[in-house]
Amino acid sequence: MYRTKFFDHLILLSGVFIMVGPLLVALMTSSHEAADIHRNGLSILPGGHFIETYETVLTREGGFTGKITGLRMMMNSLILGLGFAAGKILLSMLAAYALVYFRFRFATVTFWMIFTTLLLPLEVRILPSYEVMNSLHLTNTYTGLIVPLLASATGTFYFRQFFKSIPDELLEAARIDGAGPFKFFVDVIVPLSKTMMAAIFIIMFVYGWNQYLWPTLMTTDEGFFTLVRGIKQILLVWVGSNIPDYNEAFALAILAMLPPVMIVMIFQRWFIKGLTESDK
Amino acid sequence: MAAINITNVSKIYAGGVEAVKSVSIDIADGEFIVLGGPSGCGKSTLLRMVAGLEAISQGTVEIGDRVINDVEPAERDIAMVFQNYALYPHMTVYNNLAYGLKNRGTPKAEIDARVAEAARMLEIEQYLTRKPRALSGGQRQRVAMGRAIVRKPAAFLFDEPLSNLDAKLRVTMRGEIKQLQKRLGTTSLYVTHDQLEAMTLADRLVVLNGGRIEQIGRPLDVYHTPASTFVASFIGSPAMNLLRATREGGRLHFGSQVLESDRLSALPTELTIGIRAEDLRVARAGEQSLAMKVDYIEELGAQRLVHGRLDGKKLTAALSPEIELSDTIALTIAPSRLHFFDVTTGKRLAKALDGLGGRREVASTLEAAIG
Repeated sequence: MYRTKFFDHLILLSGVFIMVGPLLVALMTSSHEAADIHRNGLSILPGGHFIETYETVLTREGGFTGKITGLRMMMNSLILGLGFAAGKILLSMLAAYALVYFRFRFATVTFWMIFTTLLLPLEVRILPSYEVMNSLHLTNTYTGLIVPLLASATGTFYFRQFFKSIPDELLEAARIDGAGPFKFFVDVIVPLSKTMMAAIFIIMFVYGWNQYLWPTLMTTDEGFFTLVRGIKQILLVWVGSNIPDYNEAFALAILAMLPPVMIVMIFQRWFIKGLTESDK
Repeated sequence: MAAINITNVSKIYAGGVEAVKSVSIDIADGEFIVLGGPSGCGKSTLLRMVAGLEAISQGTVEIGDRVINDVEPAERDIAMVFQNYALYPHMTVYNNLAYGLKNRGTPKAEIDARVAEAARMLEIEQYLTRKPRALSGGQRQRVAMGRAIVRKPAAFLFDEPLSNLDAKLRVTMRGEIKQLQKRLGTTSLYVTHDQLEAMTLADRLVVLNGGRIEQIGRPLDVYHTPASTFVASFIGSPAMNLLRATREGGRLHFGSQVLESDRLSALPTELTIGIRAEDLRVARAGEQSLAMKVDYIEELGAQRLVHGRLDGKKLTAALSPEIELSDTIALTIAPSRLHFFDVTTGKRLAKALDGLGGRREVASTLEAAIG
């Protein structure tokens, strides 16, 4: 057996330091006062204003209109992340189900058309998408924020591959057992896809949570601001006469990071299963 | 329970490939029919057409008195057992058994009763709360059978259900399937490529080749009077030896080796001779014989398979293990045990056989005549 040596630990430790170090600095710096940070720069030691800062960030009403709180932004981010992930899963599962189990004309062509959109980033279609939402008067709504992003080539592709790996006999057995297309989907496909759904959920939640450009474009009403936008807002708003609230910006960054980290931690068992499991 | 009538059924795929060619089989109520043949002979396609998993291109399938060509699989009153069991992996054994009944809207109490009955019959009662992945191959097979039984269908369809089991379990399950089918009296259609399964299970055996029926008959009839060289080589293990021979008068020439009989005159001069390995025996002194050069020997315990060459052509003989072997053995066979096939079509030469008889008394007189 290979015995770990001092040098191996050194490599791992330096890796940990590089990855966790900045987070630690952000966390520690957020517990200092803005003025201290401005004077002394970043800090790796805790300051005395930890609870204060986070309380302010979460509850103080700020922004131009003075109505938006950190909690509200967190809510918005959650709605965006959850709606985004759940919607994508639902839509791509249905699309993949149609592609795999129904024989219709041009199914392959359809699949490849969906597949090629994988190559196009959101930014390519951001203006037309905005235009459509705008003319439907859906700007500054959750619907407008979420729906245009739901079509997912990645999700459809993953689910298609997964469905293809489900043995045909299962479908045949279900047909003989009297299950129609809808029943088969709900009773067999969905339960079998659980781990896959968890994996896609994590990826999509984090992706949705971290959206910046699209929410910036779609929402001008501060009531719809997400956490990721809020960070930038804090740094921008007070520039000029005041010192920017660095501590609050760091606190927001830490808060913005927490839910995705928690989701990954909670779902990681299923996540790994979903990506590796082949035993059906 | 019902009879199944398959009438002139063909399967033509989109590319024009004809997988099943005008097959007709009449299956009596309660009969156990085995469809046998090598892979690609169309046996599974035929079964799947009866099940409703493949569309029927031509012809009709009737279950009971109902033509079911355009009926949904679930409405055909059949149950199917798949090779890979096709159990729902996320459902418990109970739910696997109950799923079909639930979909039919069977009352809960009746589902419970039927599942309990099937579980008792198959001795899987203690596994009802488990998921299929916690079961062994044999147990999964039982669950798959149970799923068929609870439905109380008019017919069971088996698609190579034992192929995924190890050899020992296969023998056990084979026996159980046979017993179960006899007990329930349900009409069954069973697909296999295993000739042993075909022989042991079937009330009647259907041998398919290239989408056509080569022969239908009771297993022993098929074994004793194969309708063609194809059936002869498919049924029976080891496969029947097929040798080219020429006939001159009452003499059959296998290359330089000769067998003599005065009753061969009705046969054509060129023909294929079929010899079952188990019909060959070592010749006594003075008997006419064929000299076989021994290549290698397979010991089966009760029997010994001797593989060798007769004038350069492969021949296998099943001999008793007590017999002393040398490099060359003199073998003989009762002429009544010879099978004659047409050289070009491979069809059994029925007339000639009638003359020679498959019957014992004829055989013994013939043997005496030759001896």
